[in-house]
Amino acid sequence: MDFNFTEEQTVLQDTLKRFIDRDYSFQKRRELVRSPEGFSRDVWRQFAEFGVLALPFPEEYGGLNGSAVDTLIVMEAFGRGLVLEPYVATVVLGGSVVRDAGNAAQKQALLPAIGAGELMLALAHYEPNTRYELNHVATTAKSDGGGWTLDGAKSVVLHGATADKLIVSARTSGGTRDNNGISLFVVDRKASGVSVRGYPTQDGQRAAEITLKGVRVGADALIGAKDQALPVIERAIDYGIAALCAEAVGLISALNEATLEYLKTRKQFGVAIGKFQALQHRMADMTVAAQQAHSMMYLACVKVDSTDASERRRAVSAAKAYIGQAGRYVGQQAIQLHGGMGVTDELIVSHWFKRLTLINTTFGDVDHHLGKFSDTLLDAPASQSVPRLATEGGKVHGGVG
Amino acid sequence: MDLNFTAEEQAFRREVRLFIDANFPADIRDKMRGGKRLGKDDILRWHKILHKKGWVAPEWPVQFGGTGWNPVQRHIFDEECADAGTPIIIPFGVRMVAPVIMAFGSPEQQSYYLPKILSGEHWWCQGYSEPGAGSDLASLKTRAERQDDHYIVNGQKTWTTLGHYADWIFCLVRTGTQGRPQEGISFLLIDMKTPGITVRPIITLDGEHEVNETWFDNVKVPIENRIGEENKGWTYAKFLLGHERTGIAGVGRSKAALKRLKRIARQETANGRPLIEDQRFRDKIAQVELDLMALEITNLRVISAEKEKRAPGPEASILKIKGSEIQQMLSELAMQAVGHYGLPYLHDAMDANWKGAPVGPDYSAPVTGHYFNLRKTTIYGGSNEIQKNIISQMILGL
Repeated sequence: MDFNFTEEQTVLQDTLKRFIDRDYSFQKRRELVRSPEGFSRDVWRQFAEFGVLALPFPEEYGGLNGSAVDTLIVMEAFGRGLVLEPYVATVVLGGSVVRDAGNAAQKQALLPAIGAGELMLALAHYEPNTRYELNHVATTAKSDGGGWTLDGAKSVVLHGATADKLIVSARTSGGTRDNNGISLFVVDRKASGVSVRGYPTQDGQRAAEITLKGVRVGADALIGAKDQALPVIERAIDYGIAALCAEAVGLISALNEATLEYLKTRKQFGVAIGKFQALQHRMADMTVAAQQAHSMMYLACVKVDSTDASERRRAVSAAKAYIGQAGRYVGQQAIQLHGGMGVTDELIVSHWFKRLTLINTTFGDVDHHLGKFSDTLLDAPASQSVPRLATEGGKVHGGVG
Repeated sequence: MDLNFTAEEQAFRREVRLFIDANFPADIRDKMRGGKRLGKDDILRWHKILHKKGWVAPEWPVQFGGTGWNPVQRHIFDEECADAGTPIIIPFGVRMVAPVIMAFGSPEQQSYYLPKILSGEHWWCQGYSEPGAGSDLASLKTRAERQDDHYIVNGQKTWTTLGHYADWIFCLVRTGTQGRPQEGISFLLIDMKTPGITVRPIITLDGEHEVNETWFDNVKVPIENRIGEENKGWTYAKFLLGHERTGIAGVGRSKAALKRLKRIARQETANGRPLIEDQRFRDKIAQVELDLMALEITNLRVISAEKEKRAPGPEASILKIKGSEIQQMLSELAMQAVGHYGLPYLHDAMDANWKGAPVGPDYSAPVTGHYFNLRKTTIYGGSNEIQKNIISQMILGL
């Protein structure tokens, strides 16, 4: 039982905090949101220098062999800083697919380049009718002599328009919703037959609709075993969810701190509004929610590295649902407690709120993950023995006096 | 960052589990499982079994008879007791007055009271609340007037949990009226056999007798029964309130209650299928389980901070709020799970020696009463609204 960060982790945390405080101001971010690519390649190079782009990769591929807890530290800081750069798309989603399923040549070709900041990836998996189900793949890849031909459409691909390479899921056998028969391919974004329609998202980030029409790739484009990609995709999305949970917790902390500050400085009826008990209790509830969300973030980030897929998925769904609820509550109350100022574009508060809101609908919302978690209750209890019936017994449960 | 227990901690858990399995009396276990009333003897019997093993007061320093366990070990011990469904150790002696005696009592008080708390010879109850002093405890009015080497105590205490079993009561009494209300309070230890003390039952909404009113009519209390200095009682009381909230999260007991709820939901049926397959109901269980998962880790975070000697501060309020809400929700879902068999009220059926025929499944009898009973959890130990005041003021500085 240890809730401490290592010395290296503390250094990483401090480094990112300093960078964001000094070099990633709200004003600068505002300009980046309006820029053509929607983020800064200078900042990306800076991240490469910090080592964060190589964090989760094995040392033999220039990586730092980091754990999901290291990713947690990065994402919590990025949440607070409203960082726009495609870290989740490139390092967490794309990078982990290559790391977990790629062969030695693919890893050698891609991972060091990601770590050095020279290669951006996007995971083109979700499709127009998939909602959040990961086994729904209608895009096809047909064997074509030595290679493959891909046809289909991918939707809301995070940072799809700026990625150098796309990791595309496609069906190589079976029906649209079969678990088996999904494969992954590395596709050059500029390859013939790939059309990309990039657009901004509501929270200032970027995404793209991608169409594949007769896109030809070589045999070496296949990542991992043919037909067996679903577990790889699930693992990558789970890792992405753990990362978003940490980002959300960073946002929740930032919103709570800003709201508390506002309660102490904003005056009405001649006093700071934080003197009113109705608002004090709201802030107390937001604090409780933040602490509980924090705990769930630890759970997700520790368990996402678990080799037991069902344990991993249960923890990740638990965290995504719970942090989604906490984030919704804190976000809405932060706006409410800021009053009229809360609904302006001028304050960073509304931008934190928007990012937090959209994290909720990325990779499955509260209902989706609560449902996934709830369904695990149908699994047979771990032990066949009759559980001990505690707690209802005895009329003595502690008390008062 | 590591959420796993170490090999040593797991070995410790096994040691505790083996001891409980070998020593927890079957008749008490059956009462607990069946949701039957526990008698004073049942509670004391388990107390004495733990005392013999040296485990009755894990949080005490070793020189007073504690275990020397660290906070993680104490947590594991609590979890194992909860999972086995043992009676709780009544907190008023071991966890509440004892730390005050250790911190502020005289050597004579320590050597007289502490061994008797440990052995179970003295059953303690708490004399804090009064009819006019609940959340605003400092407004208490029970008077103690000096008369030679005695105090003469007059007034009324209330919500005295298990006062009808108690040998001793620790009381906050007013010894001064100068200055702020907090400044004229003293902390007295009073023998319940002293003439002038009357204990009257308060029947709670579940029909049970757990709490009492305690009346003091010219009760003579020797000066040497006062803890520390006169008029400094509020300081000692605040110290005690800090101790009262340790373990308040009740994670172990709630985990056991969740397990039981799931078992009921597998046995009950809805639309010809196990109730747990009803998605609307299952999602409610899932929701409270999420809350409990988060609380378990929040609790462990506080415990490991404590282990590293960072004193648990107002975070305890967070544990109290979430812990009590979860307990209430679990009891409410258990009541909902048994459906219309939550209706029958067979008061005598809760007695272990009752021979009557049950109505409905065996697990259904206690659940509604339990739900009623647990409404207290968001009120006692500083109501949840008071906890939010503490968070606002102590954590947030509002």
